[in-house]
Amino acid sequence: MVEFQLDETSGVATYLQLVQQVHQALRMGMLEPGDQLPTAQQVVAQLAINPNTVHKAYRELEREGLVRARPGLGTFVTRAPSGPDPATQARFLAAMTDWLRSARAAGLGPDDIEAIYRTAFRTCFAEGVA
Amino acid sequence: MNAVIQASGLGKQYRRAWALRDCTLAIPEGRVAGLVGPNGAGKTTLLRLAAGMLTPTLGTITVLGERPAAGPAQLARVGFVAQDTPIYSRMTVADHLRLGAWLNPGWDDHLARHRISQLALNPKQRAGSLSGGQRAQLALTLALAKRPGLLILDEPVASLDPLARREFLQGLMEAVAGQGLSVLLSSHLVADLERVCDYLVVLVASRVRVAGEVSDLLTSHHRLSGPRRDPATLPAGQEIITESHTDKQSNLMVRTDGPVLDPAWAVQPVSLEDLVLAYMSRARDDGPASPQQLKVAS
Repeated sequence: MVEFQLDETSGVATYLQLVQQVHQALRMGMLEPGDQLPTAQQVVAQLAINPNTVHKAYRELEREGLVRARPGLGTFVTRAPSGPDPATQARFLAAMTDWLRSARAAGLGPDDIEAIYRTAFRTCFAEGVA
Repeated sequence: MNAVIQASGLGKQYRRAWALRDCTLAIPEGRVAGLVGPNGAGKTTLLRLAAGMLTPTLGTITVLGERPAAGPAQLARVGFVAQDTPIYSRMTVADHLRLGAWLNPGWDDHLARHRISQLALNPKQRAGSLSGGQRAQLALTLALAKRPGLLILDEPVASLDPLARREFLQGLMEAVAGQGLSVLLSSHLVADLERVCDYLVVLVASRVRVAGEVSDLLTSHHRLSGPRRDPATLPAGQEIITESHTDKQSNLMVRTDGPVLDPAWAVQPVSLEDLVLAYMSRARDDGPASPQQLKVAS
């Protein structure tokens, strides 16, 4: 079962953090169809957050068709989100890690690297739109 | 909408000073409502009025549809945990549960015992030798085992260390999820409330400054930053909460139901803490409270 964590400094709404963590767990293969999500009571007992926040996150996941609530039983994963398969993910993660190491070795700091990444990201996705 | 607490023109006067005035509120059922404001703002007065421990000087208040403390049935529906999470220091944990069972007709002994064992409290231990966090948890257990429809907590975590504070709120939220009760809790620290509350009431100098669903409040308030601008030229429907200006720049927090379309502004979302601080500073700038108001203990 997944365990949620909160980043209070991220500025991302709490319910959205839960949604994103389920997405990520699905992509990484830590959650698979048929798996159960923790109950709202379990989540709030761990994170000390409002139960409605958990309900909102699970409703959003249900709307996306990734999970289904079975009354009296719990909330279960129905399918993985469409996206790259874990092997492709791992390949790009490794390539990105290598790139970051070489950037650091060349003397670039976190801010420099982030600026480069953002510029490249914008350029790349602007191409698709234009 | 069913209101768990409904107040209309509610006021409480101690001798010549008003601890609370013109309080009109409707807190919906099933919420965890946070009551925030500086020390001495009137938070405790409002909570005690809701619990029926005080009677209003002016106006009306109903709790779960009835006058607070109207009779034994109404008393049983409202749990109250006072500021210092009171316990009887010479009595053991088990004695507290026996007393709770004896005093409360709807006492849920299973729930009480389950919580005590979950918290790993020794039933034979005297309450006076418990840690602050354990005392607060014992007081919470007594209040929850009453099976109230509304639980009122006055500064429940103010005196606890960060870990005990987190554990207390975990237990409270678990109970909300499991029992479906409504909660009203006060704090002078927004950070305590940010994770747990879905409804907010800001009380400053004995008046309610803003109240509403947290999600609505966050989407309707914006921080605007741009070239210096006369606030009188803002579109109708944009209410200024705070403003500051330099010779070239204006920074505003506004409340509006619609989007901010003016391209001159850089628009930023606000956090709950920003929002509370903005209403607190606006209340201060509206003119200081009279010396009498400042002397009133909360």
